[in-house]
Order: sequence, then C-alpha cells, then structure tokens
Amino acid sequence: MSEEMDMEEGGTIKKFMFVNRKAPYGTIYALESLEVVLISAAFEQDVSLAFVDDGVYQLMKGINTDGIEMKSFAKTYRALEGYDIEKLYVDRESMEARGISEDDLIVDVQVVSAAEMADLMNEQDVVLSF
Amino acid sequence: MATVNIAGKDIEVDEEGYLTNLADWNRDVAEYLAKEEKVDMTDAHWEVIDFLREYYDEYQIAPAIRVLTKAIGKKLGADKGNNKYLYELFPYGPAKQACKIGGLPKPTGCI
Repeated sequence: MSEEMDMEEGGTIKKFMFVNRKAPYGTIYALESLEVVLISAAFEQDVSLAFVDDGVYQLMKGINTDGIEMKSFAKTYRALEGYDIEKLYVDRESMEARGISEDDLIVDVQVVSAAEMADLMNEQDVVLSF
Repeated sequence: MATVNIAGKDIEVDEEGYLTNLADWNRDVAEYLAKEEKVDMTDAHWEVIDFLREYYDEYQIAPAIRVLTKAIGKKLGADKGNNKYLYELFPYGPAKQACKIGGLPKPTGCI
C-alpha cells in the first residue's frame, strides 16, 4: 500500500461535492462522509462540502459524546483546511430552522440560500449524498 | 487480536501491530514498537512522534503524509517539512510507521 497515490501529470481534476444531510451520531453517514472526504483529498480533486437539513449539526461546537460512548469527530472538521478543503457551504434555512447561527459552528463556513446551493450543485461533476 | 507484553504489561495490538487502545501508549511502548519496526529512536524521531500525537489530540485523526509534511514544515521548519527528511527517520513511510510508534491509528486517507 502506498501512502499517497501520485496523480499523473495533467490528470483530470473534477469538482466533487459531498452533501451531508444527517445528524452526526446515530448513523454512520456523517463519519463515513468525512473519511471519504479526507481520502479524496489525496487525489487532489476540487472538493467542496455542503451541510443541509440535520447535517448542519455535524459542525456544532461543544458536542459531548460521552453519554453514547462514541468518539467525537467534530474536531476533525478543523483539519480540513490542512487538507486544502476550504469550501464548506451551509444551508441558511436549515440553520435557522434549528436555531443555529454561524457562531455555533466549529469551522468557518459560507452560509448560502437554497437557490445558491442549487447553483453550486449544478456546477459539480460529481455530487455524493450522505 | 494479538497481545504483546511490554514492561510486564499485556497490551493489545491489531493484526498490523497498531495499538488497539490508544490509552495504552507510553514511552516504553513506543520504544518497543520502534524496535519492532527496526527504528532507532533519536531526539529527531521523538520530535516527529510528539508532533503527531499533538496533531491527533487536536484533530482526532492521524494526518495523511502530504498534510503531515506541510504541518511539520510550518512548525519545525522547512528543513524538516519534507519527504526526504521524514523518510530518513521512518524509512517505511513516516505516516504509517510514526503513527504506529506513536500509538495512533493508521492515517485516514492512507490508500
């Protein structure tokens, strides 16, 4: 196993968007998405993340997972910048419906309207929903 | 699941030799794991191990090699933040080998 696969010179760069719609715990979707995102970074693709519906809870500060005996992975979203993944979009309506503001989030994001989010999705080569 | 005896204590490791319980780690364990990897620990090795453990503490993941070299370059200087330096210390792959010795899981994105 090589640690990181070298892309051939001039390899195609595609636009990938990972859409996160589910709460961070209770299902494996959020963690799986995050792991795929980190792996995709090794392929030097144009990666962005969208947080919609309950997915906005994934970025909440101060999540305490002691009661469910699971490791909290909220801090890992802060590592994304080091992986050159800096495009994080959060749906405004989903935040407002849950009483969440940008100050409640663990990383810097761009808050966008549903229409803007739809445009962003249209620009992608690949959209993966978790 | 295998168990190894280090300094009189039984410690669980997985099939590749990574610690099962990260809390089992200490300097003696690191020395033992380093010996298994045929790595002679020096201050330069410890510097990388300590850096990795701090990174893990902050982000809850072991970094991919590209991210590791960049982050080390930022913190410890460009002469250390490059593949050549890190591969000299950990010939079988800095991310994999140093993570193992540091008692961390295999890096996410290690493909």
